[in-house]
Amino acid sequence: MSDRVALVTGGSRGIGRAIALALAESGASVAVNYASSAAKADEVVSEIVATGGNAVAVKADVGDPDQVAALFTTVSDQLGDPTILVNNAGITDDGLLMRMSVEQWDRVLATNLRSAFLCTKTALRPMLRAKWGRIVNISSVSGVAGNPGQGNYAASKAGLIGFTKSIAKEVGSRGITVNAVAPGFIATDMTDALGASVTDAAAQQISVGRLGTVAEVASAVRYLASDGASYITGQTIVVDGGLAL
Amino acid sequence: MERSDIESKMKELLVEELGLDEDKITMDATFEEDLEVDSLGVVELLMALEDNFGVQIPDEEAESLVTVGEAVDLVQKKINA
Repeated sequence: MSDRVALVTGGSRGIGRAIALALAESGASVAVNYASSAAKADEVVSEIVATGGNAVAVKADVGDPDQVAALFTTVSDQLGDPTILVNNAGITDDGLLMRMSVEQWDRVLATNLRSAFLCTKTALRPMLRAKWGRIVNISSVSGVAGNPGQGNYAASKAGLIGFTKSIAKEVGSRGITVNAVAPGFIATDMTDALGASVTDAAAQQISVGRLGTVAEVASAVRYLASDGASYITGQTIVVDGGLAL
Repeated sequence: MERSDIESKMKELLVEELGLDEDKITMDATFEEDLEVDSLGVVELLMALEDNFGVQIPDEEAESLVTVGEAVDLVQKKINA
């Protein structure tokens, strides 16, 4: 991927961070987008640069059209036009539906789904010009199987799967693939906070017998972003250790 | 810009961007039937026209384009506007 530019939305922490590092390891120049964690994003960039890679951190709320336009302009100016896009930015704001506010619904849908629309639309122009592109949307097992308390989040993540299939059909003839990766229970700061009793109970539901790592998710993304995955499009790769089986 | 300049640039873009056969491109040729350009191909052409001629072509004006000649007319109108 040495001549490629990749943009990872929400790339400063967790799964996004691991994806940024993996793509950089494969030789891509990586734009690490972040909404608020500037210091964390800078750390990712430093880590990539320290190993001889090329990366920049770019702040933008990817649910906002003007900020997305500015994000792509900055990336193109600093690294070149991105032809690998990973729509990873996502938030949760859980609650049982009977208690969920309109604001909770809209905020999660804007960050998780509207952002993919805005970024993909903007990224397609350079990809069409290059007649090559890789779009990977980070969905979730919640979007595949549903999860109580995550009506908004699951809807956004299931929405990404339908979006993935539709755009795959639109641009498949132009050398551009669009796929989704649906992680299951992945060990992050968020799951650490739940405590060992919760995560041990969760692990019992997983065929592999443990939580996944962010690197294991990034590995699937790296493959889908590679030249070798040119005949895979519109798919959702579930990376959950057999949780949803 | 002369109309003949726009015509030759249009042909060049259709060959380079959409991979069309130059011999088939006439001003009367229709995108959809004669040149077999799909809907995304028309979008790609519009992007190329905007980039090359420095004009903005709104979707509602682009939708009515049927022939290559009409696209040339539209670009000429935009350049002179």
